[in-house]
Formats: sequence, structure tokens, C-alpha cells
Amino acid sequence: MSGETSTIEVTALTDLPSGRDLLKPHRIALIAIAAVMVFCIAWFMRWDWLPEYAGRLAQGVWVTLLMLFSTASLGFLFAVPLGLVQVTGPWPLKMLAKGFCTVIRGTPLLLQLWLLYYGLGSLFPQYPEIRQSFLWPYLREAWPYGVAALTISFAAYEGEVMRGAFAGVPAGELEAARAYGMSRWKVFRRIWLPRAVHRALPTLNGETVLQLKSTPLVATITVVDVYAVISKIRQTTYLTYEPLLFLALIYLCLTAILVVAFRTLENKIPTRGA
Amino acid sequence: MTDRAEAIAVENLHKRFGPLEVLKGVSLTAREGDVIAIIGGSGSGKSTFLRCINMLELPSAGTVTIHGEQIAMKKDGRGGLMPADRRQVQRIRSRLGMVFQSFNLWQHMTILQNVIEAPVHVLGVARAEAIERAETILRRVGLFEKRDAYPAFLSGGQQQRAAIARALAVQPHVMLFDEPTSALDPELVGEVLSVIGDLAKEKRTMILVTHEMKFARNVANHIVFLANGVIEEQGPPEEIFGAPKSERLKKFISSIH
Repeated sequence: MSGETSTIEVTALTDLPSGRDLLKPHRIALIAIAAVMVFCIAWFMRWDWLPEYAGRLAQGVWVTLLMLFSTASLGFLFAVPLGLVQVTGPWPLKMLAKGFCTVIRGTPLLLQLWLLYYGLGSLFPQYPEIRQSFLWPYLREAWPYGVAALTISFAAYEGEVMRGAFAGVPAGELEAARAYGMSRWKVFRRIWLPRAVHRALPTLNGETVLQLKSTPLVATITVVDVYAVISKIRQTTYLTYEPLLFLALIYLCLTAILVVAFRTLENKIPTRGA
Repeated sequence: MTDRAEAIAVENLHKRFGPLEVLKGVSLTAREGDVIAIIGGSGSGKSTFLRCINMLELPSAGTVTIHGEQIAMKKDGRGGLMPADRRQVQRIRSRLGMVFQSFNLWQHMTILQNVIEAPVHVLGVARAEAIERAETILRRVGLFEKRDAYPAFLSGGQQQRAAIARALAVQPHVMLFDEPTSALDPELVGEVLSVIGDLAKEKRTMILVTHEMKFARNVANHIVFLANGVIEEQGPPEEIFGAPKSERLKKFISSIH
């Protein structure tokens, strides 16, 4: 399950050996090799293009982060009802939510993105009503389609995660909440939702990292994220490895920050066992 | 004895699960200060009966009156009953302290948060006041030092004492105990029973479903023996345990000793 893989990721990135553990012979050897590699990369490769593009790269990182956070938060907002109706809902809603999750999870994100951008995006201008509406300035940009596709995708995956999380909250705790006079809404808000989110956090962490790594797809529809900036650099400098290595480093850093942030959140409520 | 006000009056309660009739007309009255122990074999319907009092289980027929207020029921269209007014049930529940077999503490809250949850978010008590009261209660059950711990880090006995503190925090009219020691390791049963025993001494109204016969005999002033969904025999502990009349009860008591 993805929950387990993400926990492993978390452990690998945050449970660094400390103090004396770090100085075992095999570790010293590995550290030395890494240092030599970094030195070679820095010394023998060409990095003179970096200062020139620093501004644009920063801009690109900003766009990537915007894409990630807006789509992850919007997607999560949709995921909560998607998961909830699959656990409690009347069957028509349940089937709808299930169908949505299945279709979106069963098709490539790139396809969804292109269907939205090249499909819907080219349909819209044919209608003068849309062209004259207040939405047009946005609809003729590329980013709304990117945001929509990434949001829908995240909602579908997280809808499934939240379904499991809602179903996994022990019935006894919900019963206790009812026994103390909470209304349905209060049970949901005070007990069910926070409990489910907490259970889902490790999985959400992994999924958010995956979402980060899905964002470069928006470069294919002309949104200039960090990946698009790097592509541009490759075209103008004729360099292959240096920009790509640098891109890898950027994504690694962003992933590490995400993982640590989620870890902090998880540790706010310590749990034992499952 | 009988001049004390009625805390709970259950009339002719029936409960069916499909074709299975678990309760076949049970009536019980608890007056202020009563400690009533419900005993009986497994499957006798004693937990179901207790859960019908606060409508966690919906009775198929019969009435429940709490503090003189009858819970209004209506037909659910499938041969059973459902509360006519959900708000009324919520209001009544908010002053019944229920203690469960498996504790059912909210795992994402500390012990203190568990205890103040219902007072603050259901009864509308000011947070500072709720915390002050909660700390007093936690001191009583011996968990003051554990107030900032999460339930998962407590032993079963401590969790159950925390659950009792949670029940006490709503200043309950009646406390309902659903086999409070059945999920505990034997060496942890004592600490929970002693807390419940102290509450009984204060003349708190309590109804408890239990398998601890010795304890029931010591703390309860009234014993109800439930068998096959009906009250087979009831009375003061000396009579029930000392001079049981019905065959079933005799057998039940001898099977325990």
C-alpha cells in the first residue's frame, strides 16, 4: 500500500543517524565518495549559466510551489466529501464518487491535462458568451487548466485515501461521541474528521510528494514552472546534464521540506502501534 | 426509600434484531442515588438494555423516561422506533455519563482534552472552567499527572479511569457502565472497581452491567438478573446472592463461584 511506502520514505529522510553513528567506517567511506562526486560536479561541469537564470529559476520554483499547494489543498477539500460519501453516502452518491475516483485514477494525468487544455480549452473560444464573460481572461490562460487537472487528480487519489481513513476510525469512538450528546455534524467535525486526517497523514505525505512530481506536466501546456525554465535553459545553453542535475536537486530539496513538514504535523499527536 | 425522585424509568422495553428478540419487555426504575447492577449470562441482553437507555440502540417498543422527561419516539416504518426529536435525545444524552467496555477514548486528544470535550463542545461550559473541573476530577481518579498524555500511552486501567473522568465531567444525572472491567487485564480490574466503588459511596445514580459479582454485591443496592431478554429476578443483593429463588439464578450464581 502507498501508506507503507511513504512511511519508509519518511524514515529514510528524517531519521538520519546522529553523533557517533555517523562516523562508522563504511559511512565515512560513503561520505568521502559523495564529497568527491559533489566536487567533481561543481568543478568539472559548467555552472556559469546559473547566475543569469537565477531569477527565472526562482520564479519557476514559485510557480511549481503555487501549483502544488493550490492543487493539493483544493484537491483535499474535494477528497473529504469524496471519501465520506463512499463510507456513509446514499448509494447514488457512493457510486458517483467511486466512479469518479476509478476513472481518474485509471487514466494518465497527462491525458486528463491535455483533454482539459486542448479539448475544453479549444471549445471555449467558440462560444461568444464565454469569450465575453468575466471568466475569459482566466480561461484563455493555460494555468487554470493545469490547476484543474492536478486538483481533480489529487482529489481522486485522496478521495480513496480518505475513504479508507474514515472507515478506519473505530466505531466505538464515534459511538462515544454520540453518547455524549454530539450532533452528527459535531461528531464529524470534532472526532471523525480529525481522527481520519490524522490516520491518513503518512499517506497524504507520500501523495503530496507524488503530486509535486506531477507538476512538471503543466510545462506541456505552456505553464512556466521550474521544469519549463530548465528546459528553456537547456535549449539556449546546449547543456544537458547540468540543468537536469540542478533540477533534480531542486525537487529533492522541495521533497525533503515537505517530508519534514508532514513529520512535524504527525508528531503533534503521537500514536502507538497502528 | 421510594420518596426519592425517579432518575430513569424504563417501561416494557423490547428490542429485536431481525427475527431475534433480545429484550422481551423489560421494565426498570432507578431512583436518585440508586446503584443498580444488571447481571446475567452473555447474550442475556443486559448490554443491549443499557444501550437502549441512551438510544445508542433503538428499542423496538417501550418507553424510556429520564428525569421525568420521556424520550419521544416515532415509528421508523420498518417495525421499529426512532427518536422523534434528535435534539431531545442529544440533550438527554449530554447528561448521561456512559462508560464503555472498550473505553472508547478519543485517540487524537490528550486525556484532559477528552475530559473537557463534552462540557465545552456539547454543554457550552467555558473552557477555563471546564479545565479546572476536569483537573479536579482527574485528581480524584488518580490521573492528574497523565492529563497531557494520549490515550494510547496509558494502560487499560488508566484508560478506563480516564473514561470515567470523562463521564463525570458532564455532571451526569445518571452514570451508565457497560461492562467496564471486561476488557481489562485481571490485575488492572481492581483500580477501576475502586473508583466506581467510591462513586457509589457518594450516592451517585448508577446503572452498571457487570460480570464482577462480588463487586456488584458490595456496591449495588439493587440487583437485576436478566435472562433470555426478561428480568428473571431482582431485589437487594443479600436476597439475590443469599437466597436466589429462580432455578436460573441459582444455576447462574453457582456457575460463577
